Amino acid sequence: MLLEVKNLTKSYAGPDGTVPVLRGVDLTLEAGETLALTGESGSGKSTLLHLVGGLDYADTGEIWMNGRDVARLDDAGRAELRRTKVGVIFQQFNLIPSMTVAANIAFHARLSDQNDAAREADLAHGLGLSEQLHKYPEQLSGGQQQRVAIARTLAARPALILADEPTGNLDEGTAAEVIDQMLALVAEAGSALMMVTHSMALAARMGRQLHLSQGQLT
Amino acid sequence: MNAAGLSALWSHWWRNKLQLATLLAGLALATALWSGVQAINSEARASYDAAAAVLGEGRFDQLVPASGDAIALETYVALRRAGWQVSPVVEGEIGVGGTRARIVGVDPLTAPGGSGTSVLTAPPEPQDFLGDGVIFAHPSVAEALTARVTQQVITDPGVAPDTALMDIGVAGQILDRSSLSRLIVWPEQPLGRGTLSEIAPELVRQGAQEGAEVGRLTDSFHLNLTAFGLLSFVVGLFIVHGTIGLAFEQRRGMVRTLRALGVPLNRLIALIALEMAGFAIVAGGIGVLMGYVIAAALLPDVAATLEGLYGAQISGALQLRPDWWLTGLGIAFAGTLIAASGALWRIAKMPLLASAGARAWSVASGRTRNLLGLSAVVFLATAAVLIAAGQGLLVAFAGLGALLFGAALALPALLDRALAIAERVAKGVRAQWFWSDTRQQVPGLSLALMALLLAAAANIGVSTMVSSFRLTFVDFLDQRLASDLYIQAEDAEQAARVEGFLEPRTSEIMPLLFVDTRLAAGSAELYGVRVGATYRENWGFLASTDAAWEQVAAGDAVVINEQMARRAGLWVNDELTIAPEVHLPIAGVFGDYGNPIGQAVISEALFLKLYPDIRPTRFGIRVADKDAARGALRDFGLNEPQIIDQQVIKDFSIGVFERTFTVTAALNILTLSVAGFAILTSLLTLAAIRVPQLAPAWAMGLTRADLGKLELLRAVILAALTMVLAIPLGLVLAWVLLAVVNVEAFGWRLPMFVFPLDYATLAGLGVLAAALAALWPARRLARTPPADLLKVFSNER
Repeated sequence: MLLEVKNLTKSYAGPDGTVPVLRGVDLTLEAGETLALTGESGSGKSTLLHLVGGLDYADTGEIWMNGRDVARLDDAGRAELRRTKVGVIFQQFNLIPSMTVAANIAFHARLSDQNDAAREADLAHGLGLSEQLHKYPEQLSGGQQQRVAIARTLAARPALILADEPTGNLDEGTAAEVIDQMLALVAEAGSALMMVTHSMALAARMGRQLHLSQGQLT
Repeated sequence: MNAAGLSALWSHWWRNKLQLATLLAGLALATALWSGVQAINSEARASYDAAAAVLGEGRFDQLVPASGDAIALETYVALRRAGWQVSPVVEGEIGVGGTRARIVGVDPLTAPGGSGTSVLTAPPEPQDFLGDGVIFAHPSVAEALTARVTQQVITDPGVAPDTALMDIGVAGQILDRSSLSRLIVWPEQPLGRGTLSEIAPELVRQGAQEGAEVGRLTDSFHLNLTAFGLLSFVVGLFIVHGTIGLAFEQRRGMVRTLRALGVPLNRLIALIALEMAGFAIVAGGIGVLMGYVIAAALLPDVAATLEGLYGAQISGALQLRPDWWLTGLGIAFAGTLIAASGALWRIAKMPLLASAGARAWSVASGRTRNLLGLSAVVFLATAAVLIAAGQGLLVAFAGLGALLFGAALALPALLDRALAIAERVAKGVRAQWFWSDTRQQVPGLSLALMALLLAAAANIGVSTMVSSFRLTFVDFLDQRLASDLYIQAEDAEQAARVEGFLEPRTSEIMPLLFVDTRLAAGSAELYGVRVGATYRENWGFLASTDAAWEQVAAGDAVVINEQMARRAGLWVNDELTIAPEVHLPIAGVFGDYGNPIGQAVISEALFLKLYPDIRPTRFGIRVADKDAARGALRDFGLNEPQIIDQQVIKDFSIGVFERTFTVTAALNILTLSVAGFAILTSLLTLAAIRVPQLAPAWAMGLTRADLGKLELLRAVILAALTMVLAIPLGLVLAWVLLAVVNVEAFGWRLPMFVFPLDYATLAGLGVLAAALAALWPARRLARTPPADLLKVFSNER
């Protein structure tokens, strides 16, 4: 088992007191499996993704990944996890604006000392970015920027890819195209994928679907 | 990971080269001004050290006469017999080739190590130095001395400027004196020796530092220079702080991404610190080199200032000393650390999932502005307490620093209030938008405007002080050089004949008698004057009795200069001991600007009673026709150099004065230039953030040219408001410099004059600098492609 989440809770301080976001979530994910997380706004989808990726701290519960409890890791341990085991694809792309497309694609792999120029070129080709390698992110369209973010994540060969509404900023046509390419490449890489999405159609293309409502999986 | 992280951080600067140039230039300029001033100080101090070593001052305690300037040989012998380890020194001045040479005689056999001959480039064996021996002289007097003495004169740059070092016997011959001037006390003294009060009650022991008068007096000047350097450095730091702050805001997204991709926070902070250290090395190196150039250019003027103010001699050439360039690099590091610490702190505290969007770095928005306002009140209150109740030069400067810092922190709030009022009274929607938009820009421009405020206030303060000094000094010269001609006789015999010759030909003769002595426990010059109309009409007092000169003329009182009065805590009606058994009340205190030595003036008759061997060789005379009098004196047998026109001296003195403050003026201009640069860089770095703010106005009908013009107008208005605030701040600064710092540093207080035209000119220059700085960013804005403005409205931005 790649990932096991046990009784995870998380709440935030709001103006009217503490607001619970996750109320005892349990889930598992096998290596290479794809999972869609759906739910209304504020249901805790992104929060769950952030906790699994070590981007945020849970109140209680356990997150086991490859035999390590992510919830108990310190900042350095979490950073190592993100560098070597997890890849995160954000809705806002989060590219480095001052680096070229080629440098952005290679960046995550360089951080984990796994960069492989041939693989990065293949990914760029597969995502239709071969002509854009010397450009800067601001010179690309939104769809192209998200492809760069996908290539950057896949180039680092993470065991688990966390995608937070990766097509939320794209039009329908572009979104479908990007998702097709992403799913194909994820399958080819053998990584597990956990994706937050509002789209039921997109969720249906995943191996498994879970729905979050009021902080609990249904 | 390190290489990848550094490459990402560096890519920001590679893509924002102007920002990088701004950062490096700000840091380099700040370091340059600081290290330039320190280079001057370091050079000057090295000269004093040479002087202090030759004179045995500074490092060793000394025995000096309680009054007068002579120690009898018998007293020295008595002290040695009683076990005192002391070494005699004879010193005095002689005229050589139109200049004065300081003659210092030491005894190499008894002098402690580190004094006397140890300063020489090639110290001689004692036997070569003794007896008729040789004279070691500084290059400035060596040649002239060769023509004056029979001994062999060896030029040695290790000797202090205008000084000659020799065996005590040789010095005694040259100075024609058999008594000693002072005794250097060895640090190690045998136990059980007799007490000083038993063996030589007429002597007093001076602590190691008390005697180093040149060093002590010039310290105040160096403190002034250091304060200037520090101010310039702070102005430079404002630039660096602003640039680093903006760069960090622009890199918030990158920081978030790096952390999300697995760069640990500590590693990220270390990498940024490493990046900043690299900048500090590069900019610090450039700054130190620039500082060297500034120092080399200013040093001759500084030398003139020190000579003009204190008579202290320093070399006009600069040497590359390790202490100042290391200090320069150190200050570049410290400056970068200070400037970056806030930004690093924000990164350390920034949640990983915080908003990635860049915000304009601001010091004056919301809570921050209130906090700054509160800090300003605290600083200003501290300044008021320190200035009003503090003692000592350092406290005065601390008060000055608190005043300037408090005023700078108050600036954003004051500008905000002024702009809010303008917004309220504005007519028309366009004007209202302009004022509200200008108000919105204050946070982003705060640091640059603070730099402008400080630079302008310093400029006003210092120029007011210098100009007040100038007016007072000229007035003082008119008083002190009231006689028409000044006669220098060759000897007392010729002087007596000249006086007899002049008696029927002049309206007044003023013989000048003086002796170097010690009064009120300090070095002093005692003058004997013939009180007449010239003294009564021209010598004003800062404070006096009703008939001061009459009391002096009758031998019933003494008048003293302000320096002695303040140093010794004396004032009118206090008593001063002129000689053993001679105690006189003080009838007046006179201003004596630029003179570090205490002076006391008594009547000619009393002086001759106290010093019957001293005869006047110099006279001031009042005549109706200067040329006729000059001709008559030439016919009488005086040489041309013996007859001095006082007007020529006056002109020369004013000329020296003007030169002495060139260094101040140069630093003023440099500081103002740095402030102008701060505005330019702030506007340029803010330009990118301005587009989203201005695009809606463009979309609603303002042309790009309109936006450019309004941007220029905005900078001019903000600069003008800042200059208006700088004037009162500068005047307060001037008052503190004149009434507090000057008294602490120089021992006298200057009256303050106001120069409105100068301030108006400076305000105009400040606004012009801001307009020039805003021209380029405004032009760029006016030429922004519509596509860039449209991007603001697209989702992809």
